[in-house]
Parts: sequence; structure tokens; C-alpha cells
Amino acid sequence: MFDQYLSRRYQKFGRPDPSAYLIKDKTAIAGIGATEFSKNSGRSELQMACEAIIDAVEDAGLKMEQIDGLVKFAMDYTDEMHLVSALGIKDLAFFAECGWGGGACCSTISHAAAAVATGMAKYVVCYRAMNERSGRRYGRVPGVETVMAAPNDHYGYIMPYGLAVPPSWVALFGTRYMHDYNVTAEQLGWVSVVLREHACMNPEAMFYGVPATLEDYMASKMIVEPLRLYDCCVDSDGACAIIVTTTERAKDLKQTPAVIMGAVQGIAEQGEMMTSLYRPKISLLPEVWYAGQELWRVSGVTPKDVDVAQFYDAFSPLIPMQMEEYGFVEEGEGALFCEGGERIRIGGELPCNTSGGHLSEAYIHGMNLINEAVRQVRGTSTGQVDDVEISLVTGGLGVPTSAILLRR
Amino acid sequence: MTVNYNKNEMIPAPVVDPDSKAFWDAVQNQELVFQKCGDCGRLRHPPRPVCPKCRSLNIEWEPSSGKGTIYSKTIYRKSPHPGMKAPFTVVLVELDEGLKLISNMVDIKNDDIKIGMQVEVVFDNLTDDLNLPKFRKVD
Repeated sequence: MFDQYLSRRYQKFGRPDPSAYLIKDKTAIAGIGATEFSKNSGRSELQMACEAIIDAVEDAGLKMEQIDGLVKFAMDYTDEMHLVSALGIKDLAFFAECGWGGGACCSTISHAAAAVATGMAKYVVCYRAMNERSGRRYGRVPGVETVMAAPNDHYGYIMPYGLAVPPSWVALFGTRYMHDYNVTAEQLGWVSVVLREHACMNPEAMFYGVPATLEDYMASKMIVEPLRLYDCCVDSDGACAIIVTTTERAKDLKQTPAVIMGAVQGIAEQGEMMTSLYRPKISLLPEVWYAGQELWRVSGVTPKDVDVAQFYDAFSPLIPMQMEEYGFVEEGEGALFCEGGERIRIGGELPCNTSGGHLSEAYIHGMNLINEAVRQVRGTSTGQVDDVEISLVTGGLGVPTSAILLRR
Repeated sequence: MTVNYNKNEMIPAPVVDPDSKAFWDAVQNQELVFQKCGDCGRLRHPPRPVCPKCRSLNIEWEPSSGKGTIYSKTIYRKSPHPGMKAPFTVVLVELDEGLKLISNMVDIKNDDIKIGMQVEVVFDNLTDDLNLPKFRKVD
């Protein structure tokens, strides 16, 4: 199956030899931190970022003065300059920012890993702080007079027709995906229900203590067809921080290192900012497929080696679509794989989003997914999968995307 | 018209930049046109300054057949914007020449819009300055 997947579209023309990839095995995640997740943090995003970074530095057993690199989301309203002053970081030798919303999450790790692998920095913090629920909530159309659009984002071709908010963008993909592969609402419902089960095991999850059944899913409010309320991620306030260093240094620190096997990014032809709808076929996600190819190329492993996955789940159809593009199942079989929930829940063939994911834990642009993937490697998750060797995280999609593969 | 615009509110208007100006100018004249490479003849949408196939900077504008089929759709149950009243449907139309366009349907109920339905372009005159290409069902 995997060979067939490989031969489907990939052309390796010009890709470097995997031996040239300096990140694999030589870099690691040494610390993770987070604030609580809530509907209203009651404090500034700068404070949220500081709290998460302090938490991560402490988790790693480092001193703040040792931090010499910072990677931020381009969308983050805080920045490295103010963080250096706020946190009393002495000097910063490396700083970078990653674009494209949640597509940036694993990109931050690839930038940080590249920096430590090449000797630009020793301890790099990647972070995201967002008061997305109480502050600048997504889905609010910015400005009513003229569409706010960078010329190359092409929002002008969609906004005048009311295609104005993220769930509607994903809904057009979802409708066609369901049409092309005879996907049912119940199959998508299982994704949502299983993630809620996982959230109910995680006291930090926003939906902890709020179980949901398939009946609850089917009865939940239709937002933009075919997406129901339970297909959509939970708007959240929160912050996460992750510390990347070399594996050698990480071994001397407090935690079991989560060793990086691969950290990759992907952009593909005819991509748009969540509206890559002009391609010949929209039930495929070429940038995700490409990132997958890169991930397997640099890491030298295949999907069957993955023990646990945190798929970027802003909306539930995105999980089965990614399973197909990363090569876990064949084209068109992702939703069938999720049906009934057995294969994707903890203890199943491919346990997914074991902290509840964006649908039920919190929506911190993928960074809470990375924290969970690290906990799975350490063996400290509330939804711990037995004997985890290899742990996958994928970044936001429908935008330029990213992914990381971690190991014990 | 299927999208009920709230005329007391501003409707989001397209941003026109040098790459898209010819497209929107044609629309204001009730014409749907697509960018065509002046060298290799490849059609493309949305407009961009270079042909991705042969990298030519020569651009021509080709009138569209205006005919196509519904490729995907979504129905808003709650309006995202004060300028529009829910429920309304957004469609992705695949034109006969192979390009896709986001739009709305006119003169049809939301639930009657189906994937594969044959459609043709019409122009919705929203204001003195703004026409938008919309689609209606072809019987």
C-alpha cells in the first residue's frame, strides 16, 4: 500500500540525500509548557506567552538566561523583542517567525531544530500565545467596506460571495470530499466523538467532564453545511511553549528527550490561504501529501511505524483527509477508517489526538498538539498509548503546512 | 436572487490590484473573462502575472463560455457578515473550460442546489459600481 502511495505523485527530483539532513536524531524537544486553556484568560497575550515559556524552561530544567533563540508565529501579536525584555533573556542569537496560521506549528520546530543543528543557537523556544476566544476571534469578518486582503491572498474572489470565514472555506472541501468518497456525517461524527472521549481523560481539556455521543454530534447545530458545531474546534485562550536543543544537551536535562526524526514544511502548486479551491481535485491536499513525502524521506520510516498521531484538527473532516495524504490509508478511505471509532481511539490501530485535540482540548494553533506528542514519547499523557516509540504531529492545512516526527 | 444582501450595510467588495484589474473591469461590463497565456495559451484563474507553465509575462484575456457545473457548495445557516442574510449558499463552479470560480446561485432554493447541476453565468448588479458574476441553473 505504501509503495503505491509513494508512486502516486511524488517526484524526488532534486531532493537532497537523507544523509544531508542534520536534524534527524541530533535534535530534540527538551521542555514543554502551557497556560491553562479557557474562554477568557483575563490577561494579556504577552503575559500568556511569558507564563508558557517560564513553564517550559522549568520543565526542561534550564535557566531563562540560557535561552538564546525564539521562534514565533507570524500571526502572534507578541514578539521576540518584548519577550526578551519581559522575561529577562540576556541575549538572543537566533529568532525567526513562521507564517500561515496553524500551518506554522511544526514549522517553528523545524526552524528551531535547524538552528541548534547548525550551531546558531543552543536552546530555542517556540511558542504561541492567543486570546482567540476573548480577544480577536476568528470568523469575525474584518472590515465591512472593503475586504481586507493581501493582493496574493485572493480574498477578493471569495468574500463578496459571503465565503468569509474559516469553517465555510473548509466546508467546500468537506462537501466535495464527502461526495467523491461517499463519506457520511456519522463517519465524521466518530472523529468528533472519539476526540471528546480523549478530552474527558484530560483535566486540562476545555471539554473535560463534558462527554458527547454520536447522537449529540448529529443533533448539534449546523454551522455551514456540512459542518456542524461539533465538527469545529473550540475557540480558546491559551499559550504553549516548546524548547528545542540538541539531543546531546537534552540528555543532560530534566526530562526524557523527545528526539526529532523529521521536521518538515510543504507548499504545493495552486495553494491559497485556506481557499485552495481552484485545483483540479479538491478532495486531495497536495501540500499535506508533499509534507508527508518529505517527512518519510528524511526520517526513513513509514506510516506503519507511527504509534500515535496528533493530526491538525481545526475541523473534523481534516483528520481522515490527512490520513489519506500522509499514507496511513488509501485515497478515499480515511473516513471509513474512523467509522466506529475503534481504530482511532487510545488502544486502537492509530490512536489520534489523545489529549482531545483542537476539537475538544483547546485550539492553540497546533502547539498543544506538539505538547501532547511530547508527553506521549515521555509516557506522561493522560491518554497514554502503550509503548510509544514514534509520535507524529501535523500542522495546519488548507494553508502551507508542516509536520514533525518524534521518537523516544 | 439567492443571496439576500442587506442593502443598509456595505457589501464586501473585491480588492482590485494590477493583476486582477482586467478581470474585474470585464465583470463591471457584464463579461466573464479568464487570463490566458499569450504564448502557450494556458488558461488560469485567479489572475497572476506569470504563466506557471512557460513563465511568459504575456497576458491575454479570453471570454469564458460562462457555462459549467456545480463542483461543491456550502450553506450558511448563520450569516458571517452584516451585509448578508442567512441562509445562503456559496458554490464552487467548474466552468466548461476547466477553471473554477467561487460564486452564488440566483433564482433557486438553497436545498435545490446539487453537485453536478448545469449552470450558466449571470451578472448581479449590486450597486452602481459593483457587478458580480453569479450563476443560474440551466434546464
